[in-house]
Amino acid sequence: MEERRFAEVPRESIKLMAESSGVELSEEVAALLAEDVCYRLREATQNSSQFMRHAKRRKLSVEDLNRALRWSNTETICGYGAQDALPFRPLKEGELFFVEDREINLVELALATNIPKGCAETMVRVHVSYLDGKGNLEPQGTVPTAVQSLSEDLLKYYQQITRAILGEDPHLMKVALLDLQSNSKIAALLPYFVYVISGVKSVSHDLDQLNRLLHMVKSLVQNPYLYLGSYVRSLVSSVMYCILEPLAASINPLNDHWTLRDYAALLLSHIFWTHGDLVSGLYHQILLSLQKVLSDPVRPLCSHYGAVVGLHALGWKAVERVLYPHLPAYWANLQAVLDDYSVSNAQVKADGHKVYGAILVAVERLLKMKALSLTLAAEGSGAGLPGTTTGAVGFRENSPGLSPPSEPLSEPPLGIASHLQAGGAGCPWEEWTPVSLPAMYCELYSFFGDSLAVRFSTGPPLGGATPPGPCQPLEGRKEPASSAPNLENTRKMPQLTASMNISPRQDGSPRMEPQPPSLAATVPGRSLARSSSSSSVSRSRSSSSHPGRSTSQSRDIFPKARFPLPQAGPPAFSFIIGGRQMGRRCQGRRFQTSFTPTPPLTTHPPRAYAHKLPVIGRVSKPVRRWTCSHYSLHLPL
Amino acid sequence: MTPLLSAPGEKMAAVQDAPMELDSEKETKPEILSDGTSNLSGNTASGTLSSPPLTAGGAPKQEDQQTLIAVLQFLRRNKLTESVDILRREACLEDQEDSQTLDGSGGGKGDGDGGDANSLLSRVSIASAAAPQSTLTPIPVKNDQPDVSVVLSAYSQQGDPSLYQVYYTGLKNFIESVLDCHRAELSQLFYPLFVHMYLELVYNNHETKAKAFFEKFSGDQECYYQDDLQILCGLTKKEHLKGNEALLDFRTSRFVLRISRDSYQLLKRHLQERHNNQIWNIIQEHLYIDIFDGMPRSKSQIDSMSGSFAGETRREVNKAKVFYGLLKEPEIEVPLDDEDDEAENEEGKPKKKKTKKDSMGSKSKKQDPNAPQQNRIPLPELKDSDKLDKIMYMKESTKRIRLGPENLPSICFYSFLNAYQGLTAVDFTDDSSLLAGGFADSTVRVWSATPKKLRKVKSAAELNLIDKESDDVLERIMDEKTASESKNLYGHSGPVYGVSFSPDRNYLLSSSEDGTVRLWSLQTFTCLVGYKGHNYPVWDTHFSPFGYYFVSGGHDRVARLWATDHYQPLRIFAGHLADVTCTRFHPNSNYVVTGSTDRTIRLWDVLNGNCVRFFTGHKGPIHSLAFSPNGKFLASGSTDGRVLLWDIGHGLMIGELKGHTDTIYALKFSRDGEILASGSMDNTVRLWDSMKAFDDMETDDFTAATGHIPLPDNSQELLLGMYHSKSTPVTHLHFTRRNLLLAAGAYNSQ
Repeated sequence: MEERRFAEVPRESIKLMAESSGVELSEEVAALLAEDVCYRLREATQNSSQFMRHAKRRKLSVEDLNRALRWSNTETICGYGAQDALPFRPLKEGELFFVEDREINLVELALATNIPKGCAETMVRVHVSYLDGKGNLEPQGTVPTAVQSLSEDLLKYYQQITRAILGEDPHLMKVALLDLQSNSKIAALLPYFVYVISGVKSVSHDLDQLNRLLHMVKSLVQNPYLYLGSYVRSLVSSVMYCILEPLAASINPLNDHWTLRDYAALLLSHIFWTHGDLVSGLYHQILLSLQKVLSDPVRPLCSHYGAVVGLHALGWKAVERVLYPHLPAYWANLQAVLDDYSVSNAQVKADGHKVYGAILVAVERLLKMKALSLTLAAEGSGAGLPGTTTGAVGFRENSPGLSPPSEPLSEPPLGIASHLQAGGAGCPWEEWTPVSLPAMYCELYSFFGDSLAVRFSTGPPLGGATPPGPCQPLEGRKEPASSAPNLENTRKMPQLTASMNISPRQDGSPRMEPQPPSLAATVPGRSLARSSSSSSVSRSRSSSSHPGRSTSQSRDIFPKARFPLPQAGPPAFSFIIGGRQMGRRCQGRRFQTSFTPTPPLTTHPPRAYAHKLPVIGRVSKPVRRWTCSHYSLHLPL
Repeated sequence: MTPLLSAPGEKMAAVQDAPMELDSEKETKPEILSDGTSNLSGNTASGTLSSPPLTAGGAPKQEDQQTLIAVLQFLRRNKLTESVDILRREACLEDQEDSQTLDGSGGGKGDGDGGDANSLLSRVSIASAAAPQSTLTPIPVKNDQPDVSVVLSAYSQQGDPSLYQVYYTGLKNFIESVLDCHRAELSQLFYPLFVHMYLELVYNNHETKAKAFFEKFSGDQECYYQDDLQILCGLTKKEHLKGNEALLDFRTSRFVLRISRDSYQLLKRHLQERHNNQIWNIIQEHLYIDIFDGMPRSKSQIDSMSGSFAGETRREVNKAKVFYGLLKEPEIEVPLDDEDDEAENEEGKPKKKKTKKDSMGSKSKKQDPNAPQQNRIPLPELKDSDKLDKIMYMKESTKRIRLGPENLPSICFYSFLNAYQGLTAVDFTDDSSLLAGGFADSTVRVWSATPKKLRKVKSAAELNLIDKESDDVLERIMDEKTASESKNLYGHSGPVYGVSFSPDRNYLLSSSEDGTVRLWSLQTFTCLVGYKGHNYPVWDTHFSPFGYYFVSGGHDRVARLWATDHYQPLRIFAGHLADVTCTRFHPNSNYVVTGSTDRTIRLWDVLNGNCVRFFTGHKGPIHSLAFSPNGKFLASGSTDGRVLLWDIGHGLMIGELKGHTDTIYALKFSRDGEILASGSMDNTVRLWDSMKAFDDMETDDFTAATGHIPLPDNSQELLLGMYHSKSTPVTHLHFTRRNLLLAAGAYNSQ
């Protein structure tokens, strides 16, 4: 305001203009005109700013100026409304400046095929921004407030880390992940990382990137210095995306997106068990969304698979509450898929088998844990428990192995290896028992038939020391009580464990929950990073489950090992299953178990039987013959 | 021209013959001639010498006479009580007034007072009496040596514009040398003097002098006059002045200053001592000095009230009684089960559907002493549907959340997406069921904010087929085929700057750049009426809380009151010196408030069209206004990012809420008036503790008399919360009947 600062039109310009229209101006006239032009321009600008203000904009537009001109009875200026700036050029010789104005071929424009589409419909969206005046202090997505507070160094760190993790170098990635997991000064960057992670949706075609992002989640979750706060929700949604969505990568059957889903499920359970308390209602939200996917028949099988492994990862209670009640409805659909032998269906069918396997694993553990919990309840946490729990190892590794149905025949011992979650006793939801174990078993058996039986029943009787006594009655009283641990030890469906070279010690498993240990471990390429990154919590657990680990180490000698091992626990056997005809859900399917009370026999039949199973869970014609067999047992309930 | 000039000259110069000033007149006449009559009033500023007669004799003489007489009376009244010193001053003033309003006051005192006063008086009368230098100059000349130049300059002031700088510097030096307590007050003089002197220079074609003057002194002005200075600095030619209505207004209207008596005397003494005629003339002619008894005000107090285009408020302007109370609630029994019996309980008298607060019982029974007569202005009768709505409202209000500092409202944000064409205005219905947006592409769009879709009424032919006796006839007349979430209304030919729903949700008003206000039916979604009257862009419009009336304001600097069934306005509220940017109805519908680009707020009486309140203090154009639900208070927001709170009854500023960093486009009180929400271009919504702000201020008649009260600087304490949107400027705010805060704005992707 000290001096006038505004553009002035020199009189030379005025004279030039006049010349161009054939008028000769004297010096004074030009000067006067120049001044007047300046004033009029300023006046128009000032007036136009009013139009801008009323249009609630910050940027003065050509339109505003034209309106001001129109209201002052001046001709408006056309042709400057374009969004992009018009270049203003000088002519080399002579003091001439002009706006570059390209000619437009109207014919071409009219006949052009790339007619611009109308822009999107104007609409209104409403969202609750602030609840009770509090609310989302950290807005979803980007965080404007954090931007200012970000120092140069942090910004650099952020760039380096993201570049390393999303880049090609695996070693660099490992280092970055490790640092992310232990760095105590990155709280300010949390929203950015969360934002990066939320990018899973844009890379759903790239398994590798998805994996990297998931590892990033894991590192963040495990960083003890980070308070995730409500970002948990965002992380969970990203992870859930990996679990549930029909990723673009799944289109190609060669892509092993199953592993990704397994890993994500494990991660989910980990987040939930370690940080679930940060967001109220998270558990139920997760359950709900899983359930929604499961109950949506339109979703592809890989989504269903994700839902199942997700439930599984969340613990047997989740399986019991969501998957189990839902099974009858779902089964029909799955069955239809599995029954279709047409070539075109091959891929879908293969996927169906994956789902089948996942369900099997889930319900298996459900039964086991239920049995275990009942046992514990019955025994009142006797001293024998530790032993039993250690025994109740590693039924979990299998899910990944489910994938290739052709491989089922590999050695059973592998399966055992799994590490046992000691905490079975601590299961928090024991009180919820809507379906009795026998009933549940019964029902499940109706679905899975022998594959379930095989996985369950073989162990106990042959747990060498187990007194055959209780088991003897062929009626096969199903005794949920005692020997769940033994069971777990022993039976392992060979084909399920085939592909597993797990490092059972390191699981990203949740604090409280015994089971979902080794899904993560099944991601072969990642095991390294994983093992290095497991939280102290799980570490302590794994040490507590040491006996289990030793078991696993003695995998190859499993046949031997399983005899001595179970003795520690109460020897009582749990299930004796009589096959019986279950007509109600799966018409015409009949199952029978093939074990006998005699230990020697029991050991082998299952395996032999397993060999005969060409297709998991589907016992076709050959089974029919067995219906009337002497071995058939019935299950008195 | 000569006759025009001489006409007043005859009146004045009946006493003082003026043939001798012929040469000086030669200089002035052509200009005046070129200006024509429209500039007659404008001339007042130009020649301190020649203008007074013009004012007296020109077109606006009546008004000026009236004000002069009023001033005269005021001074006379004062004369009775003041000391001799003051008396003397009064005398001289009076004489001056008399000479100015020769016809009005008829003579006044003689010029022959002795001594000091006499000399001053004579100079004054010289100045004001159209250069009668021949008769009167000798007196001052012989009295004071240094005065010669002064008088000469006064006589040929167009020829000696360089002295302006001297005068101004002299005054500046004086003001800077006085005691602190007076300095702040007297500093108020700088800006109006500066502008008037500059304009005078420009007007008299002293372009280079004007530029030099501007450059020398523009830096001394308060920063909040920056915008005006920018306009001024571009203006260097008399021809330019002609087209600039705002500045013409500035010249014709008197800039109001409020100065304590002590400071004023100080100033006056100084001017007398220095015989600083030029300045004194300007003060006399272009400024109105509102003298009050009491402590001089502090700098901050002055700053809080100044900034407007026309100076401060004269105290007497705000003396009129304002019936700010709410009208009596209609007696509607809230039926607990059956909705039908309430119709019979209705009295025949016109009932007021009031958007009012909590208890429907005792409070509404008793007439508020500050409320206007129920039938002070005719209001539409309550229809059955209005009664039903009223019942709904009462039911809703029982579920209302009580807000307070500990209990802040939840905020829902309505984001307009893909609004590339530019969202310019938003409104919600009172029950929050509908949402309207005005856009820069001339369209108005209405959305349903509930799952209920918008439906048109069937065509006339189809309506004929309907069984009119059926119970659900209201449902049957709707055309299900047209159900959609939103409807577009086409009709305007320029950006839509204001939208407003009628309280019964049947109509929508929109005002546009094309100079019209349109009334749309929300039954048929067609335009019903286009109200033409503003011939310039209409910036805002607002429905009365009782329907039927609405107000609009625009670029033509007036606000108009309309009734929906009249194609011409019922009232024209004229007085603002610049565009009327914002209009709102008082909750009792008897008053209308307008905010303007001249940075003032005026409250108008709908009954008689008078301006009953005039508020200054904003430093930028006012873009939002809101009445408190009880009608007692007013909040205003402007481009300067400040919210000011006003006590309507006493006509006082009672609070200043600082915090926003950009224009405030939305203001709203919660339903109970406890919280004030403000939304701004800076992408934030802020909540203020309005209860505390109002309670802390003790306003009574005594404080009202002084016209100002000390304002605490407690914005930070009053700020209850600040909430960011995601790059979405807040265009509109609305409290639902249960006190949920709805905000609306267009998402801005850059």
